[in-house]
Amino acid sequence: MSTLKILVVDDEPGIRSGITRILRNFKVDYPFMDEAFEFEVTEASSGEAGIELIESNQPDILLLDNKLPGIQGVEVLEYIKKKQKSIIVVMITSYASLELAVKATSDGAYDFIPKPFTPQELKSSIENITKRVFLKKMTNKLQDTGKQIRFTFLSVLSHELKAPLNSIEGYLKMIRERQNGPKLDDYDVMIDRSLERIKGMRHLILDLLDLTRVESGKAKRNITEVDLVSVARTAMDTMRPYAIQRDVKLSLHHQGSTVIQGDAEEIEIIFNNLISNAIKYNRDGGSVDFTLETQEDCMQIRVVDTGIGMNNDELGKIFDDFVRIKNDKTKNISGSGLGLSIVKKLIENYGGKIEVTSIPDQGSTFNVRLPIEKPCS
Amino acid sequence: MKPENRTILIVDDDQDYLFQLETKVKQFGFKTITAESQQEAEKLLEKIKPDLAILDLMMENEDSGFILCYKMKKKYPDVPIIIATGVAAETGINFDIHDENNRKWIKADRFLDKGIRTERLREEIDTLLLNNNK
Repeated sequence: MSTLKILVVDDEPGIRSGITRILRNFKVDYPFMDEAFEFEVTEASSGEAGIELIESNQPDILLLDNKLPGIQGVEVLEYIKKKQKSIIVVMITSYASLELAVKATSDGAYDFIPKPFTPQELKSSIENITKRVFLKKMTNKLQDTGKQIRFTFLSVLSHELKAPLNSIEGYLKMIRERQNGPKLDDYDVMIDRSLERIKGMRHLILDLLDLTRVESGKAKRNITEVDLVSVARTAMDTMRPYAIQRDVKLSLHHQGSTVIQGDAEEIEIIFNNLISNAIKYNRDGGSVDFTLETQEDCMQIRVVDTGIGMNNDELGKIFDDFVRIKNDKTKNISGSGLGLSIVKKLIENYGGKIEVTSIPDQGSTFNVRLPIEKPCS
Repeated sequence: MKPENRTILIVDDDQDYLFQLETKVKQFGFKTITAESQQEAEKLLEKIKPDLAILDLMMENEDSGFILCYKMKKKYPDVPIIIATGVAAETGINFDIHDENNRKWIKADRFLDKGIRTERLREEIDTLLLNNNK
């Protein structure tokens, strides 16, 4: 239960006590909120007293009459605007001329309740405002969390992009200074390393584009009937040259219907990433088994490799942004570190799930469940 | 100032940056030992004591450089440490080791941006070794 502080500024005692009475036991409760609100009402009989209470009590909501003995309601409003107080103001006034309404609104009044008002009218307005206060607090919270996540992501991203650029620049300077002598052949390693870093940057940028697409949520999704077997075959064909190079055997197994509702491009990104990882982290002469099978209202997709595997620490991190497992076995494996994080986000967009089990030096198994139509059980 | 037989430890998980920095430091006349991870560096330090260390900040951990620095200062408190970072500008974090507060927990002797000019790096190394002359 949260309490919102309401200040009533009105020179009529009857109005003040009436409002206090109406709101004393009033509670605002929304199904989507996991909070309920009640109200604490304080009173002031003049604008000056009102301002004092605004300073000392910091109310959340102000019910403000315009016609007051000393300074007028609109002047209190001006004070609030000048001091940038975060307080929601409702004008309660019997003298509601258009001119006043325009001035008050432009000075920040949120609502008007003309006198005489019924208890219900007052309650409705307060209910409305409470919702607004709640949403404002949530938005501020989210913005702060969002800012922090974005900040970390951007600093790691800039590090990931600057590093290859600096390396390539370093090599080019060494070549320009003829550090290895006059023969071009002696610069092959530097040139190859530069090309390797460029490949890495390209990979990172493409993954970032995928990630942007995923994160923007409502990006043009084309939901149709997708046959997972044909997408898997295409992904395998794309990866085949690499698999041949590593002498890794790719096999596809499927049972029953393999059609789901989805965006073909997204499914392709998921499959490409999983198969590419399965080959990359495999041992020479190993194998990758891709299995599709129906399980009630879900498609179960399993990618099993005979690769270097991961320990529990590593398993915990692999779906995070920019995480690539770095150990003796992965020294020569390149990647952006974004592949699995993109895959996880895409799968979750479908209401699906991805899990991984692994035994170091034996291999890993990635289990994906995707709904055939609606989110899986 | 003559490098004389000083050994500098360089730790960075970017193999290209590591190679390029090692080349520069060798050209200054120093001997070098290198490690490509916080873990590798920790193993090395069990056996050797360098005259100076240049550590990358982000390796297998986001603060690998800090951790290594902390451990090194406990083991070899008189060995100067430079932490090299590529992210200072983006994060807007200004590690001011002249600020008493920061001094207490950072422990590094210098914070340098990875992009600094070769001559400046040479100066910093020379100054730190000079201050440490036994």
